Amino acid sequence: MNVLEINHLAVELPVEGALRRVLHDVTLSIGPGEAVGLVGESGAGKSMASRAVIRLLPAGAAVHGDIRYSGDSVLAMDRAALRHFRTHDVAMVFQDPRAHINPVRTIGDFLLEALLERGERRDDARAAVIAVLAAVGVSEPERRLRQFPHELSGGLLQRVMIAAALAVSPTLLLADEPTTALDVTTQSDVMVILDARRRERGLAMLFVTHDLELAAAVCDRIAVLYAGFLVEDAPAGDLHRNLRHPYTAGLLASRPDPVAPRPRLAAIPGRPLSAFEVGAGCAFAPRCAFAVERCHLERPELRVLDAGRVACHRAEELAGQLALSPTPGGSE
Amino acid sequence: MTDEPVLEVRELRKEYRVRTSRAEAVPAAGSALLGHAVTRRERAGVLVAVDDVSFSVSPGQSLAVVGESGSGKTTVARMVVGLERPTSGTIMVSGRERSWRHVSSRERRRRAREVQIVFQDPYSSLDPRMSVRASLDESLRLHFDWTRERRDERVAELLDQVGLDRRQANSLPKALSGGQRQRVAIARALASEPRVLICDEAVASLDVSIQAQILNLLSDIRDATGVSYLFISHDLAVVRQVSDAVLVMRRGRVIEAGPTASVLSEPSDAYTKQLLAAIPRPGWKPTPSNS
Repeated sequence: MNVLEINHLAVELPVEGALRRVLHDVTLSIGPGEAVGLVGESGAGKSMASRAVIRLLPAGAAVHGDIRYSGDSVLAMDRAALRHFRTHDVAMVFQDPRAHINPVRTIGDFLLEALLERGERRDDARAAVIAVLAAVGVSEPERRLRQFPHELSGGLLQRVMIAAALAVSPTLLLADEPTTALDVTTQSDVMVILDARRRERGLAMLFVTHDLELAAAVCDRIAVLYAGFLVEDAPAGDLHRNLRHPYTAGLLASRPDPVAPRPRLAAIPGRPLSAFEVGAGCAFAPRCAFAVERCHLERPELRVLDAGRVACHRAEELAGQLALSPTPGGSE
Repeated sequence: MTDEPVLEVRELRKEYRVRTSRAEAVPAAGSALLGHAVTRRERAGVLVAVDDVSFSVSPGQSLAVVGESGSGKTTVARMVVGLERPTSGTIMVSGRERSWRHVSSRERRRRAREVQIVFQDPYSSLDPRMSVRASLDESLRLHFDWTRERRDERVAELLDQVGLDRRQANSLPKALSGGQRQRVAIARALASEPRVLICDEAVASLDVSIQAQILNLLSDIRDATGVSYLFISHDLAVVRQVSDAVLVMRRGRVIEAGPTASVLSEPSDAYTKQLLAAIPRPGWKPTPSNS
């Protein structure tokens, strides 16, 4: 059974009295021990999708569709069940550790909270937390427990947050841009640790990021979101070999290469749309170099193609063309 | 590019006084993997943010300063544009040394016609109450003694150069996206016709697809105006795309410098190699950095 199953998830948030669509249609599953990268630009809905999994959406949010953890509907959980789910089964790592760790409490208070909350003895909890701090590469873990967040660097504090997530021995880890605020060398260190601990424990992971290459390096599958729609879901190894969606191809071509620069970047024209701005057809059609009339009129369904799924009317005809020339004429 | 340098920086140094109570700022031996905030102390109570940095930029050249947080790259930019006063060293612009005593308003404006800066955050670097047009016009009024018609013409030209339309020109910043705001910030910087444009992480907070548009735009502007760039960035891939030469900084010092193509293809310094190795790319796997 899949650890996580998201079926036709749609989310609306109240904005100035009216409900505004932030997520249209996301269908995604994660198997035991599997890592799935959820990739997209700002406003695509990737954070909303991950927060919806633990029902951490803003007050007044309307959620449609279905989210199942090991077969149980998360949306139908009562308070007690939700509390158990959040303290035993799932853990989340956020982008900015300084915004998510209480600055007036010690690192020890932060790490022990969830374990004490679920009734573990203080000594056992403390020993467990020290072990997990050491496992994520934090030196002098006992001293760290007495320190406050402001005494630690960003990279170190992010490891503390990862330690907190691992300490509860979850089955599913939600990581929302866990390395985006870090320097590249620190990002590399943190990803090594996250990847190793995840594999050891057979943890399933939903890894939310804007960085396709990073996701491809640490995940088994890549799911690409655009304007609230899941547009592609493919094995990570296929990303560079077998491009199926013009948006994914455009994202890859937009990124400069440190070793082999292009004279001019193949930028995708226009800007990423927010979910509520999407018209009748394919959300990406206004920016797509391959869009035909049908794309503007009819919304493409997510369908199975090769080893993945894609939501593009022209996916079959475009196969092979995308890698060569992602956005012909798309200079601005 | 054979002309005399438009910007020349020699032995630049910046010290900050810091409180000395934080005994833990110096990492303990063996804790190199901790990712500690890097603070190099030469003597108690003084933090050396920039230490002996020298470089020059020729007309139309693009020089990148690359480094991680705490490397001193932004402090260099702020000293060149005049927002920070160097502790020692010289900054020469168009062959003229910038002194730090009694800078009159007139002199400040003259300096602003030489060097301009675009900041990272397009949400906080524009006046929220000023339309794009008014913001550009203000800069023109400040720097040039032009008629209204002449200024309107120039505003239209600047908007065109950065790819903004008439409707956007009359908007307030809050109505614009991040990429559009960064175009406004670039247009405003170009309004005074500077010889050097400093881009301090100017594309770092933009979405990948927008980042590519702005990088292409910067390259077009350089071709069209011959402006020089001092490009401050943490991102080696971006640096490769926009610069001819590069300085790699770490803990306030330049650890490697040279033509961008050769530094990034065959880095000689171990730290530069480490930075390059940490960039996710096809076939990449994360490895410990040993920093």
